[in-house]
Amino acid sequence: MIRIVLPAHLRTLARVEGEVRLDIEGQATQRAVLDALEVRYPMLRGAIRDHVTLKRRPFVRFFACAEDLSHEPPDAPLPEAVASGVEPFLVIGAIAGG
Amino acid sequence: MSTVRVLVGTRKGAFVLTADGKRERWDVQGPHFAGWEIYHIQGSPADPNRLYASQSSGWFGQQIQRSNDGGKSWEPVGNEFAYDGVPGTHQWYDGTAHPWEFKRVWHLEPSLSDPDTLYAGVEDAALFRTTDGGRTWHELAGLRGHGSGSRWQPGAGGMCLHTILLDPSAPGRMFIAISAAGAFRTDDAGRTWRPINRGLRSEYIPDPEAEVGHCVHRIAMHRSRPSVLFMQKHWDVLRSDDAGESWHEVSGNLPTDFGFPIEVHAHEPETIYVVPIKSDSEHFPPEGKLRVYRSRTGGHEWEALTRGLPQRDCYVNVLRDAMAVDRLDSCGVYFGTTGGQVYASADAGDSWTPIVRDLPAVLSVEVQTLP
Repeated sequence: MIRIVLPAHLRTLARVEGEVRLDIEGQATQRAVLDALEVRYPMLRGAIRDHVTLKRRPFVRFFACAEDLSHEPPDAPLPEAVASGVEPFLVIGAIAGG
Repeated sequence: MSTVRVLVGTRKGAFVLTADGKRERWDVQGPHFAGWEIYHIQGSPADPNRLYASQSSGWFGQQIQRSNDGGKSWEPVGNEFAYDGVPGTHQWYDGTAHPWEFKRVWHLEPSLSDPDTLYAGVEDAALFRTTDGGRTWHELAGLRGHGSGSRWQPGAGGMCLHTILLDPSAPGRMFIAISAAGAFRTDDAGRTWRPINRGLRSEYIPDPEAEVGHCVHRIAMHRSRPSVLFMQKHWDVLRSDDAGESWHEVSGNLPTDFGFPIEVHAHEPETIYVVPIKSDSEHFPPEGKLRVYRSRTGGHEWEALTRGLPQRDCYVNVLRDAMAVDRLDSCGVYFGTTGGQVYASADAGDSWTPIVRDLPAVLSVEVQTLP
């Protein structure tokens, strides 16, 4: 079970409160987590990563275990603490004005 | 008694303002989608309780929201705007070729007859259509592909398709406008297009009378006379009496002919409204006086409408989609400012009252007249 913390605007959009918890089949990677997240919450498609290229949107960041994982390859394994649900996977709206 | 519903898009959310036909007491609902930019909200003429909103964010991209109950509740629908085929390039600010990239939806225009059919004008400029209530969107690629697309370039606000006018007398005819490319028309429901910019003169482009490259800010028509069009260009107010085949300037005695919105009275096709703005670098009213100008002669002769509007120290702007009219017997006129005021006139512009004073910067105003 993976724990995901969404930024407030995306929680509102997806109509969720608190953390999202997802079961992932196979290895836990950014791609696997985001795929599963978008299946459960289709309105998040395009909001975190591009519809077509699946690249992370420029002002979105991924943090976990006090590390910035934003630039990790999408198929790289997530830290064991995230894969086991001990630590959450954080989706962050970057500090960028507004 | 009729009800008037004013749909307001702002930099930080949407608001729905409602009053009865007297238009004196207003109920203000919102913000919906708080914190998001709402470039436009629009209701379906075929089903007034069907509303659509363009919701966007620099962080989280584009969403389209749909309401089936007049704005009380909303649901996100499809938000994938994929250009048809290989998108190609347009001109960038420095003259280099730049790939088409979707940024946001500026304007939503519902079909006159089908609440599930809707057009979206987007940045980078293109026209999309849905026929399933917003779930899926498909580009009408003939517009970008008609030949001049590679020469289009963005204005200061981006390369946006901001105006979509559907001709009620000819279902296949549609007019659109792009900053800074110009106006275009289709007569076959969007399959083929051609520029309609003859008569426009723009000193800020190398050939002032070029086929494309003009920074059209908005076009308006009266539904009873769809071959007559009125245009607010970057500079100049113009009209066409032949569905855009040719244009001539009608700026007349305006204090400045720069501005963004232009609107037509609901019952008088020759009565039009603009909000003169000092210049392209000074986006505020001349002399700090917020004045709507009305022409009852289809242009050339204009009168200042000032009663109820601030006549000193006012330095707001009124953006291109931020003016609209209702259809009550005494035509109501509405506009919103970048200072967050929404002004209403229940007497065709003779006098004005702020409905709200302190919203976020207003991006768009639309009005529904409900039975």
